[in-house]
Amino acid sequence: MKGLLEICYLIGSVTFIIGLKMMGNAKTARKGNLIGAFGMTIAILGTIFLFRTEDTTVNTLKFVLIFGAIGIGSAIGWLTAKKVEMTKMPELVSMFNGMGGACAALIGLTEYEHNRGNIAELSFIVAGMVIGTISFSGSIIAYLKLSGKMDKPVRLPNYNSLNNIVLLLVVIASVYVVLQSLVLPVFVIWLLFVVAIIYGILFTVPIGGADMPVVISLLNSFTGLAAAFGGFLYDNKPMLTGGILVGSAGTLLTLAMCKAMNRPLSNVIFGAFGGGSGAAAGESTEKGTVKDIQVSDLAVLLNYSKKVVIVPGYGLAVAQAQHVIHELEKLLEERGVEVKYAIHPVAGRMPGHMNVLLAESNVEYEKLVEMEDINPEFPQTDVVLVVGANDVVNPAAKTDPSSPIYGMPILDVENAKNIIINKRSMNAGYAGIDNLLFYNTKTSMFFGDAKKALTELVSEIKQL
Amino acid sequence: MEIFDFFVQNREMIYFIILAIFVGIEVIGGVPTVLHTPLMSGANAIHGVVIVGAIIVMLDTDPANIFGLILGFLAVILGTLNVVGGFVVTDRMLEMFKKK
Repeated sequence: MKGLLEICYLIGSVTFIIGLKMMGNAKTARKGNLIGAFGMTIAILGTIFLFRTEDTTVNTLKFVLIFGAIGIGSAIGWLTAKKVEMTKMPELVSMFNGMGGACAALIGLTEYEHNRGNIAELSFIVAGMVIGTISFSGSIIAYLKLSGKMDKPVRLPNYNSLNNIVLLLVVIASVYVVLQSLVLPVFVIWLLFVVAIIYGILFTVPIGGADMPVVISLLNSFTGLAAAFGGFLYDNKPMLTGGILVGSAGTLLTLAMCKAMNRPLSNVIFGAFGGGSGAAAGESTEKGTVKDIQVSDLAVLLNYSKKVVIVPGYGLAVAQAQHVIHELEKLLEERGVEVKYAIHPVAGRMPGHMNVLLAESNVEYEKLVEMEDINPEFPQTDVVLVVGANDVVNPAAKTDPSSPIYGMPILDVENAKNIIINKRSMNAGYAGIDNLLFYNTKTSMFFGDAKKALTELVSEIKQL
Repeated sequence: MEIFDFFVQNREMIYFIILAIFVGIEVIGGVPTVLHTPLMSGANAIHGVVIVGAIIVMLDTDPANIFGLILGFLAVILGTLNVVGGFVVTDRMLEMFKKK
């Protein structure tokens, strides 16, 4: 029996590696995900039926509870994952990550009591519990921020020092709880749990919404680490492989995302985004005037252009306008206009998010052009149509060193002959900063809800 | 000298960890930005393997320890949510990339 379980665990560990590797390539990605899911199923079933130690007691009640819990979790997980709109995916990933962290935390909370006095085991238990808990409460805050239930960054006075003090407290308390486990009452582990929850919240609340993907990716690797500590505790290979794999891959992915935004990780975690002096300095600059364009004029302009580049942003996704934009693109192509989409690496709420959203409405993969490839094409572009994007086209990223987004690579839309910006209002973008592009002489604003405005535009072009 | 003893006793584990870290880095290297979101989501599902620990907690808890069983039960639910939700949502994202 033990031999069979070890084989199940070997299959689990290997499929995690193969699955993750295959997910790095667009062609094999989906199969890779399924392979990982298959290995996970084997590891779970193997554990339920074959894992037995001298402490194990098996009775009907336990099987009912285990399968009941798996049933409940699967039903909720499956339904939410299937039903969620594609725009809401990032926050859902954050939520699921938090659940994994909470699972690791509960394991630590139950195991603490039985392992008192045993320093090696207790170190794994407490480390897994604390990291899992931080990942849990941090992910919930990230979820709230992404779903717009908590849109302003909350900054307590001296929040960086405060956070570091609380972190220090967590570390000291953890060490103390491990070393003094025989003298301390059992409930201290729950106190530590509460302090870790508080740290997770304090860690995440000051970070602005635009940086949330990086935070989620970081918390993702935290949960991996928590799972790995569980693997040490039980000497369980799939937990170790899966946990360490996600821990190291997640860290690398976090750094890659920071690189795509051209911001060091320390800047994301400790830096102030969209506040303080930067935003204030932006306010005082000469703005100039804003022109707007009527739908009929825009229809004519687009219809007689040679080349149009669409810059989609999160606003397009929120308005559910990805289908209309595809209709517009097809219509213009029929009229002999060359249409392309310019995809900024962090368009949407996560790298690659915009590609997923547009693919959903059947936009051809080849039409989605990445930033480095489209930037040289803007000077030959007649019209750039910016729909619901803001920060990724803000020239302040290149020209204004005091701007919070300074240094972020942007789409050089200002090189195009005409710039049309569709927005609902003159409000600032997600990062909360003003955009000088709106006051450019080549720019015309096309106000209105993306879906409604674009639908009108399509019918207007059809009449030409 | 204790540190050397620790190393000798856990030598294989230490090798295992170091190699696993390199595998993780190697596996992610050179992935296009477009795939970052699905990849993060897929990795998110894989750390759901923590559910194996929750099941072990359930199996090893004394059946008379009701509080322990409740915590284990909750842990299994949360772990399942992470695993099932994670894989399903990743599959939905990747489905989009498939059709050309």
